[in-house]
Amino acid sequence: MSADRTPLLEVSDVRKTFAARRPLADSVRRRPGLRAVAVDGVSLTVGKGERLGLVGESGSGKTTLARSILRLIEPDSGSIRFSGQELVGASRGDLQSVRRRMQMVFQDPYSSLNPRMKVGTAIAEPALVHHVIPRNRAKDHVAELLDLVGLPASSADRYPRQLSGGQRQRVAIARALSVQPEFLIADEPVSALDVSIQAQILNLLDDLLERLGLGMIFIAHQLAVVRHVADRVAIMYLGRIVETGSTDQVFQDPQHPYTKALLAAAPVPDPTVVRTRSATAGDMPSPLRIPSGCRFRTRCDYAEERCQREDPPLLSITEGHHAACHVRPFDHER
Amino acid sequence: MVAAANGVSFDVYTGETLGLVGESGSGKSVTCRSILRLVPHPGEIIAGSVVFGGRDLLGLNGRELRRVRGSEISMIFQDPMSSLNPVYTVGDQIAEPLRIHRKLTRRQARMEAVSLLDRVGIPSAAERLEAYPHEFSGGMRQRVMIAIAISCKPKLLLADEPTTALDVTIQDQILTLLRELQGEEGMAIVLVSHDLGVIAQASSRVTVMYAGYVVEQAATPALFHRPQHPYTVALLNALPELAVQRGDRRLIPVKGQPPDLAALPPGCPFAPRCPYAREQCETEVSMALEDVGHGHVTACPFHAEVGL
Repeated sequence: MSADRTPLLEVSDVRKTFAARRPLADSVRRRPGLRAVAVDGVSLTVGKGERLGLVGESGSGKTTLARSILRLIEPDSGSIRFSGQELVGASRGDLQSVRRRMQMVFQDPYSSLNPRMKVGTAIAEPALVHHVIPRNRAKDHVAELLDLVGLPASSADRYPRQLSGGQRQRVAIARALSVQPEFLIADEPVSALDVSIQAQILNLLDDLLERLGLGMIFIAHQLAVVRHVADRVAIMYLGRIVETGSTDQVFQDPQHPYTKALLAAAPVPDPTVVRTRSATAGDMPSPLRIPSGCRFRTRCDYAEERCQREDPPLLSITEGHHAACHVRPFDHER
Repeated sequence: MVAAANGVSFDVYTGETLGLVGESGSGKSVTCRSILRLVPHPGEIIAGSVVFGGRDLLGLNGRELRRVRGSEISMIFQDPMSSLNPVYTVGDQIAEPLRIHRKLTRRQARMEAVSLLDRVGIPSAAERLEAYPHEFSGGMRQRVMIAIAISCKPKLLLADEPTTALDVTIQDQILTLLRELQGEEGMAIVLVSHDLGVIAQASSRVTVMYAGYVVEQAATPALFHRPQHPYTVALLNALPELAVQRGDRRLIPVKGQPPDLAALPPGCPFAPRCPYAREQCETEVSMALEDVGHGHVTACPFHAEVGL
């Protein structure tokens, strides 16, 4: 993968919290409610044409982070720069042009496509809104995009419900590409698809990104899929990136105990693989009550006294490989 | 009329886990539910038999069937939130089968519920009895479901996608728990899953379904290493794990779209997507299972040509 390292997207120290529902008595007394910390000081960069895999379990904040980047929600603090332009606090007008250059593909194409809109209209609409093409070019534009994603031109006259899940995801991709973006955020784009269809869509994304030189943040919980797709990986836990590095670094030489736990827990489709460690105990703590110090310590096999007091920063392990853990890498093997 | 499961046959033995794998619409859930005659309306079981310990469950009357359900055979589902009753406490729901099937008193049932919660790994079990399902996390709810399912020491546990809604570390916990319980109780498990990883790790034999038909069945190692049906081969080849192993950037997808059950071809339902298909596959293949040795059966008459 040839990836130009000038960052197209620079996210620094983004934080996003949500108000939790509080009891009526507390609201009446004007007591401050609890806040759920969804994203807690995340920084990352993605280069032009680079593919960053964002991995984490439900509640780790990966979708909130993606939505903040697209400014579908406003982060509480931090900075998000897209080819140099600051998006946090930007006006609607400024966002309009950036939104064309950054597009999103969602998990469930059935709920992200309007059921009453024909496929052709759905694909042409964003291009017309953003004045990417003149109205009289719409038909050709749709035909080209359908061809690009491997659907017959006749699909333009069909409704989403007349298509299978895999075909609908192709339409969602065509719609995202309709405005000629430079960057895609794909949030679990194949999780709802069957294995036999998943491979078709992953190959399609791979081809398109390569051909169009697009960068991508690829969000998924399936480690094998991320390993296949991404150049670099960031592992999230409870609103933080706990480890990041090249795909090979993270998968072949994981440093954070959480990354190790995730890799050990992923079921391998090979019955001769013998499990070497027991299941990681416990559940992810509530984002309303993030543990003191290291947030993974409540489930960590290696936690020490210090982990309760000090919040570990992301430390460099080797060039480009970082992990947020107090216990030094070698100690993990004891 | 749509045939969701078509001439499906398999056996499950005491203490073993049979994996039932297939994609959406393959009929694995319908098959699993048919065992307890839980096929949702307007579905019907129109032919066949389900012999459990010598009795045909399809021939039982309502009363006899109720004695089997939740007692000798119990079931856990994908989404424990919708299979637990939100307005009863967890304790009440665990106690119910104990009082009905094992005729325990309220006190005894309560004590038994505590020990069951304890066994499925729920901390401070006695205090959690009064909790409602919404107060539990997804993984904890599935543990409660399992506690209910094993409460009457079933001989057979039907697990329909028991970990699909859970995160991978929690899935690992639940699969480990099922394995431990099976070791202690010797119960048989039918594990329905679309995830070949889960099937490889958790089952001793596997049945592969496609469009309502059993296409292949074998001991787990044989199925994963020497698959004898083109669909099984295609599924394994499409896995990103295996592409990583091959050192390949390209996945090998299964061509075409999933089958439309209302318009299946007269022959083999996989023929339109099969790289080995020949003309007669679309019209003449009967889907009868052929034994290729050691109980490894396949519905493909051309299995000799098929391989990874």
